[in-house]
Amino acid sequence: MAGRVETTEPVGKSVPRIDAYEKVTGAVQYVDDIPFGPNLLYGKFVRSPYAHALIKSINTSKALALPGVKAVVTGKEVPNRIGLYLKDRFVFPLDRVRWIGEPVAGVIAINEEIAEEAAKLVEVEYEELPAVFDPREAIKPDAPLIHPDLGKYEVVPFIFPEPGTNISEHFKLRKGDVDSAWSQCAAIVEDDFFVPQIQHVPIEPHCAVARWDKDGTVTLWAASQSPFAQRDLIAQSLDIPHGNLRVIAPYVGGGFGGKAGVSIEANVVAMSRAVPGYPVKVRMTREEEFLGTNVRQSCAAHYKIGCDKDGNLLAYECQYYFGGGAYNEYGVNITRAAGYSCTGPYDVPNVKGDSYCVYTNTQVGSAMRGFGMPEIHWGLEQMMDRLAEKIGMDKAEFRRRNCVRPGDKILTGMTMPQVDLVKCIDLVTKAINWDKKDKPSAPHKKRGKGIAIMWKAPAMPPNPGSQAIVRFNEDASVNVFVGGQEIGQGTFTVMAQMAAETLGVPYEWVRITANPVDTKYSPYEWQTVASRLTWSMGNAVKAAAEDARQKILQVVAEYWKEDPKDLDIKNGVVVSYKSEREQSLKKMVVYGLPNENYEGWQGGPIVGSGKFMPTYVTGLDPETGQGTRAVVHYTVGAQAVDIEVDTETGQIEVLKIASAYDVGKAINPDLVMTQIEGGAVHGLSAAYEGFYFDERGKLINNSLVDYKIATVMDIPKEIHGDIVETPLEDGPWGARGVGEHVMVQTAPAIANAISDAVGVRINTLPLSAEKVYLAMMKK
Amino acid sequence: MLHEITLTVNGEQRTVAVKSHHTLLKVLREQLGITSPKIGCENGECGACTVLMNGKAVNSCLVLAVEADGAVIETVENLSKEGELHPLQQAFVEHNAIQCGFCTPGMIMSAKGLLDRNPHPTVDEVKEALAGNLCRCTGYIRIVDAVMDVAKKGDA
Ligand code: FES
Ligand code: FES
Repeated sequence: MAGRVETTEPVGKSVPRIDAYEKVTGAVQYVDDIPFGPNLLYGKFVRSPYAHALIKSINTSKALALPGVKAVVTGKEVPNRIGLYLKDRFVFPLDRVRWIGEPVAGVIAINEEIAEEAAKLVEVEYEELPAVFDPREAIKPDAPLIHPDLGKYEVVPFIFPEPGTNISEHFKLRKGDVDSAWSQCAAIVEDDFFVPQIQHVPIEPHCAVARWDKDGTVTLWAASQSPFAQRDLIAQSLDIPHGNLRVIAPYVGGGFGGKAGVSIEANVVAMSRAVPGYPVKVRMTREEEFLGTNVRQSCAAHYKIGCDKDGNLLAYECQYYFGGGAYNEYGVNITRAAGYSCTGPYDVPNVKGDSYCVYTNTQVGSAMRGFGMPEIHWGLEQMMDRLAEKIGMDKAEFRRRNCVRPGDKILTGMTMPQVDLVKCIDLVTKAINWDKKDKPSAPHKKRGKGIAIMWKAPAMPPNPGSQAIVRFNEDASVNVFVGGQEIGQGTFTVMAQMAAETLGVPYEWVRITANPVDTKYSPYEWQTVASRLTWSMGNAVKAAAEDARQKILQVVAEYWKEDPKDLDIKNGVVVSYKSEREQSLKKMVVYGLPNENYEGWQGGPIVGSGKFMPTYVTGLDPETGQGTRAVVHYTVGAQAVDIEVDTETGQIEVLKIASAYDVGKAINPDLVMTQIEGGAVHGLSAAYEGFYFDERGKLINNSLVDYKIATVMDIPKEIHGDIVETPLEDGPWGARGVGEHVMVQTAPAIANAISDAVGVRINTLPLSAEKVYLAMMKK
Repeated sequence: MLHEITLTVNGEQRTVAVKSHHTLLKVLREQLGITSPKIGCENGECGACTVLMNGKAVNSCLVLAVEADGAVIETVENLSKEGELHPLQQAFVEHNAIQCGFCTPGMIMSAKGLLDRNPHPTVDEVKEALAGNLCRCTGYIRIVDAVMDVAKKGDA
């Protein structure tokens, strides 16, 4: 460590990413890069050609007869259901398929080509059933029932399916009295909005390798945000003792929620059981990634919102119908999150919200960056604009007036924790010169500005835990063991900063021992989701480092015959404020310290452990959604955009996006900025993304040519970011998460700017030049 | 049917027997153990597999291995020498132009392909050179800044 830069007290400093070197040199191994040797077998899925059908029979004999084919696995081999919040699916379906692309069987062969060939030879006899694709259709009483057994599924206590319908969750929010509030409103707006299914499109496709050893131990290597949750769910479903199932998850090449929970992994484990001792690899092609892995749910929303003549919000009514896809085991909680946050970041006295998760015969809707919030903010942030317009109030001012403030009793009855949303609004309006309208670059172009604000709580069970271990080496370098996953967000860097700060050692002395996360050795972490790691895993790391620190101080205090309270660790050296003595950490953190005249020793290898689990989240009343504490906290933020619309083509150019988020404390300010920038572009890209289906429910745009994501050519000229730091009560150094929030309200901010520029409203995503042009024509 | 090809990969001559329909990407990853070119689409749409072939950035998923017979191939593994990062790698680190890192090897090779033939490109030229490399994480800004930084210093 000599001769290198040493950063002391690194919290709040923009230290370089801890994973940068291995990533720029090509040394990083993602799952697909791990060598398994010539014994490796390859798996391919047989996929359903029908959106909804009964499986009458599966004949595997032709496939099995192909030389090189090792096994074919179907649903009957895995008869237990699986799911995170609602156990509504089989690993491979037993009797029914529910979307075009659903894996019906898994073929294992000695190479990919043979596996692919064999997959075509598996003969499945189907009886086609009527299908339904749109949640608004699927809730109708005569809609085809996608899950006739819904009433028999195991479900967590806070999710409420409605058996006999396609509704897998209905969240109700009732506050005040909406019905009598309308008469007091000076202005009311009411409208419908729609958000299509979109996909995460990580550049790394899903990949998993599984090996079922003859002694019953099972290893799964997966591109995964959720190694522990996968272990739990797969162990339950496949009757494997948890201790026998080892999930190994190296760096993830982009997650965004798409690698949360379980998608292909249980299938691959089930397949590997058929070929004991052989590793089996399944990697999604890009087409399969679109067709067969999880997506963001669609959402049809209806809003009615009113305010008084001074612009104070009085009443808010909404219905959200999430198109959850074929299985809603994860999606039900997105709908719940949308329900308990249904007003967006506004303080409204009277609220009636209904949020439904609805089965549809499409890809499985699941977690995606924002978890329900982009879907609901798309409409509600446009409605707030329209209400402000109606009452004749500046749109930023309208939001300042009505946005949530700490101490408010928010829609669920919970007291709003510390945040400063007004400051976020002030910063983005300033950054974008809100009051000034700039000249367009050509006579046929029009400039416009738009603003949108957001909130999002980590949406999860009440009690997801984090665990961390801090262990010293002889040279006083430190290994921090965590089970959270580095998916690009920079969590390893932030954890190293927190450990170093707590221990009193330079940042450069810390290594994060979590690549791969390995459920056999790594501390527990629920999942890398919900923007929860900085806060939750951070608290665990801080506790573990504090534990180790105390142990060191104890040993040195005894050695010096002083009080540990007078001692501190500074830059890797224990110092006494009382006697001004110093003791380097080197060696002593492993070998301990000798007593006087070497009359014995004390201390020994230093290891600290810590955990964090929120203990204060309460249940909510199923009829009203009211309760003491619905969520752990909220992160809030604002975005403002400056755009130019070509009136001859409808083309929109986003010139500038300004964002401000209240992160509590930026542990690494530049990494927060990289989230803000990447999120703004992700949000911009997502505004133009959407799945297109043919009338049978087959996905049409299943390649990167037809499903476009933003390239370097599409980025705004300028992305501005501001960081607000209002400390979170139980965050490490006050920090709260920001990974997802940064893209939530980009689309409505753009829509609001379009309205400002050319006076048209777009209610249905995706945006397109054509849509804007046609809307202008209609005007 | 197997074909024997000889190519120079990262300065070393390698001879391998390849199947006629296998791509350079597959051979690099599976037969030569060079895994920095990534599989993102195998269809020329993402740039994650970009390598330099005879000095030019190509999508290695679109090149048949037999076509690479006699070619000089360079991947990101070859850039850092004796523990010293290449200026592009250094710039990517300094600008935090990396998040998940999956696009990074391809990005760096596309940028190197550009700077090797045009050491002082404009921002637009940089964007054009990177237009085929998708990144879902960073929003590209840092990547363009990093490449421009090297271009300005002119020491690539
Ligand atoms: S893998 Fe070659 S371009 Fe995507
Ligand atoms: S850093 Fe993740 S795709 Fe570029």
